[in-house]
Amino acid sequence: MNDLLNLSPEEWTAVRLSIRVATVAMLASLPIGIAVAYLLARGRFPGKSILNGIVLLPLILPPVVTGYLLLLAFGRRGPIGAFLAEHFGIVFSFRWTGAALACGVMGFPLLVRSIRLSLEAVDRRLEEAAGSLGANPLWVFLFVTLPLILPGIIAGMILCFAKAMGEFGATITFVSNIPGETQTLPSAIYTFTQIPGGEAGAMRLTLVSIAISMAALVVSEVMARRVGQRLWFE
Amino acid sequence: MSLSVDVAHRLGSFSLTARFVSEGRLTAFFGRSGAGKTSLVNIIAGIVRPERGRIVLDDRPLVDTEQGIFVPRYRRRVGYVFQEGRLFPHLTVRQNLLFGRWFTPKPERQIGLDQVLDLLGIGHLLDRSPGALSGGEKQRVAIGRALLTSPRLLLLDEPLASLDETRKEDILPFIERLRDEAEVPIVYVSHSLAEVARLATTVVMIEDGRILAVGPPIDVLGRRELMASHGTAETGALIEAVVAEHDPSFGLTALRSAAGSLLAPHLDLPIGTPVRLRIRARDVMIATTRPDGLSALNVLAGRVTALEEADESLVEVGLDCGGVRLAARLTRRSVDALGLEPGREVYAVVKSVALDREALGRGPGLAADATADYRQR
Repeated sequence: MNDLLNLSPEEWTAVRLSIRVATVAMLASLPIGIAVAYLLARGRFPGKSILNGIVLLPLILPPVVTGYLLLLAFGRRGPIGAFLAEHFGIVFSFRWTGAALACGVMGFPLLVRSIRLSLEAVDRRLEEAAGSLGANPLWVFLFVTLPLILPGIIAGMILCFAKAMGEFGATITFVSNIPGETQTLPSAIYTFTQIPGGEAGAMRLTLVSIAISMAALVVSEVMARRVGQRLWFE
Repeated sequence: MSLSVDVAHRLGSFSLTARFVSEGRLTAFFGRSGAGKTSLVNIIAGIVRPERGRIVLDDRPLVDTEQGIFVPRYRRRVGYVFQEGRLFPHLTVRQNLLFGRWFTPKPERQIGLDQVLDLLGIGHLLDRSPGALSGGEKQRVAIGRALLTSPRLLLLDEPLASLDETRKEDILPFIERLRDEAEVPIVYVSHSLAEVARLATTVVMIEDGRILAVGPPIDVLGRRELMASHGTAETGALIEAVVAEHDPSFGLTALRSAAGSLLAPHLDLPIGTPVRLRIRARDVMIATTRPDGLSALNVLAGRVTALEEADESLVEVGLDCGGVRLAARLTRRSVDALGLEPGREVYAVVKSVALDREALGRGPGLAADATADYRQR
């Protein structure tokens, strides 16, 4: 039993890395996700359905395919990867940042979908009222729209985080499985199952995964309820 | 203040053409549902962009399609109270009230929170959330929210439509105070003759997307041909009067008007307060000699000015009582029996009971001191 609770330093590294990767993936995709959701919910422009398709693509494609496409585009010799490395010193391949990118891309459709749905449910007449009270479109968005879609944003963030915690296929394809750098929880569990006598380690990390997922779920419930109490009484 | 509107707009199969100038303190857009009143208000507020036309508020053009001017709604300084209130559900009453004030430049802020709370009687609601308010309270908060932006014009779109009769009676005095004390010109949209008769200083009558008439309520609401579409039972006349005396022993209030003295059920207003009465034509009887032994308390001497056949059995008799226009609805048979004709001296008889709360409002009057008295109470 003791065996199940004592994580080795390597295992702790995988846990910390996973949380960091998932958190960065979630936070980095949030502003882009809000912008894209706003475009999809409110915008009227040619190519809207194409944008929608691109956003949803990682949900439908096999994760390995997404990872391979990322490798082609963001790898050292990929067009975007080479550009970023040269001009900004940002390197994705075989780094934890690459893992975060892969997780962010995989979680993005869930984030956008959730925010978009809540945006479409916002009563536009409240925005008109705010405008007639002197608020320009930016203030209307910050003071009226954003607070009203907060439950949707929180739900989307939690979905994105959960997806990032569990991401395996795209990550391992794009940035491989390097302990301490790109070996997240799923990769670590997978590695344990591949070596003789690794069952105990796999089990320990599985329990940790369950605990983190449950915690994320509880936090999201509490936050959504707190926001909801203020928002949904009318 | 002056509001000048000359616009044309098309919404599907409905077209709206409106042209008028109003300098009234409370301009009522009066017409049936679907006449285009709300569309017109939306155009003034900047929520709808008209296809063609020009709107000028106090020499400042808000819209001029020919010159390509369209002031966005957030720069118009036009307060809008919507039919359904539209309070922000995520903010408290206090935050709702102060929302617009925040966007009003400091030197332009002419009215304070305390003033608004006092005017609308909503001080006790500040920490509540909009969901915990009654319909009438919501509307008062919505009015306060718009007022706190110190608007140059306040639009009220059927603010009482969603309230039941008793609640309306609670809010109307606040709107009267707003008209008389807040120094903000108001556009008030309504399909209710009683509200318009009680509140308006100028009436803009709208039907099927067109303006039928513009003018003082006494003129517009007294014209039978205009009122025909609003149900013949409602036609009548408006009279401006002043509270002259209270009779506590019988619970009556005497009103002085150019037509003569009138007794109404007790009014809780100080002596000297201007009031406005609506006397429906069907509540007026006519006698050819001064009646005696009659329960009705109000007898006004006057002269027949016109006879108009309302339908096959009814005639509307126009009267002039000391320069005040009055109308009486009689059967054709009675008109025949009394031998009524234009120029004939007659007595108009009105039951005091007909001057109920619905028919009586505080008049917009001009007596400044009377207003001051009222404020002190």
